[in-house]
Amino acid sequence: MSSLLSEALPVFIKGLEATIFFSFGSVVVGFFMAVALCTMRLSKSTVLSSIAAVYVSFFRGIPLMVQLLISFYCLPVVGINVSPGVSALFTMAACTAAYMAEILRGGFLGIPYGQIEAAQISGLNRFQILKEIEVPQAVRLTLPSLINEVVNMVKASSLISVVGVLDLTRAAQNVAASTYKPLSVYLTAGILYLAVTSSIGALEAVARRSLKTERQG
Amino acid sequence: MNLDFSIFTDNWPDILGGLWLTLELWLGGSVLGMVLGLTIATVRQYAGGVVQRGIAAYVAAFRGTPFLIQLFLLYYGGPSFGLVLTPVQAGLVGMTVYSSAQFIEIFRAGFQSIPPGQIEAARMSGLGRMQILIHVQLPQMMIIILPSMVNLYVIMTKETALLSVIAIPDLTAVLNGIGSATYAYAETLFALAAFYWILLECVTAAGRWAERKVGRYLVR
Repeated sequence: MSSLLSEALPVFIKGLEATIFFSFGSVVVGFFMAVALCTMRLSKSTVLSSIAAVYVSFFRGIPLMVQLLISFYCLPVVGINVSPGVSALFTMAACTAAYMAEILRGGFLGIPYGQIEAAQISGLNRFQILKEIEVPQAVRLTLPSLINEVVNMVKASSLISVVGVLDLTRAAQNVAASTYKPLSVYLTAGILYLAVTSSIGALEAVARRSLKTERQG
Repeated sequence: MNLDFSIFTDNWPDILGGLWLTLELWLGGSVLGMVLGLTIATVRQYAGGVVQRGIAAYVAAFRGTPFLIQLFLLYYGGPSFGLVLTPVQAGLVGMTVYSSAQFIEIFRAGFQSIPPGQIEAARMSGLGRMQILIHVQLPQMMIIILPSMVNLYVIMTKETALLSVIAIPDLTAVLNGIGSATYAYAETLFALAAFYWILLECVTAAGRWAERKVGRYLVR
């Protein structure tokens, strides 16, 4: 076990870095898409609102695994040739954006309409209202659920191993294949995932508590 | 891009087999996981500190790690401790254990929603633990936890797509296999997406129907 660990450690660390990069990267890219989707969903235009609703329903209704397979196999067919890593990152972002848009919608609806009216009268344009007034408050209100979405993406990122991206799961598969010790290898990978998800989970608990005290006080 | 739909008619028996396997593993794993989750959550109520901590660790471990890693541990790591399973068996066990951890959390919230005074009153009236569970706790908490249960069944439909990775011939594996053999990726993968979307709409509709059914009892 110890010799296995010392030999495989660099591979595991490389995989763990990739897992963290892909899960956080997709959440950051997905967040901006989610804000756009949410604005469309809550806009007065029925067309924009329906497009956003169909988008959210599609990306939440179909397994991320299927979405990854579609972008891996079908993008080259329509002439988009990008590396597996890039297509995996943007597919994950597109998927998490749908989930985050639904989370943020609750936050946007929690902002009193008087604030938006007051901002309009003060001469702020639509983008300024979004950036200065709506998004900060919506994020504040939904922070625990947004952090939980990061945990979900850390776990979901293990799927990118299927389309050939070297993440923690893929690294574990490689080590398991070369050492013939699948049990200890996958246990190690599981513990590393658990370390990441429980650290983020602890942040979620802090966010939940501070939101609670803020509401009471 | 030319779409070729003859690949579906040519491979119909395989596709149908994969479709049934996906549905069986989804429903089988989720229902078994629900029963296991309810059992563990019920034991948890009466258990001492050590057992409670053990259950908490079980929940944390299965909710905090990717389902794919759990499947690999079971299927590839199992033989190291004498657990040799076929891919389909490993898939069923994996779905059961993974969903049970989520069901425990749902049932725990359900148990907490029932005022302790009712349990005390039932105990005073001479009801046993099993009778309290069936006649007092379950009927009331079902109404409250139904939306989260439906949501979990929906989540589990999507987890079935991962089963193909450990060589289970489910719909994802069959359609992706046809795609690789004929290069008809667009047709097969969009058919797969359509299947999951339709399944999800059906489960959601069934959930709404069930919520309306039990919702009557909520209004007093």
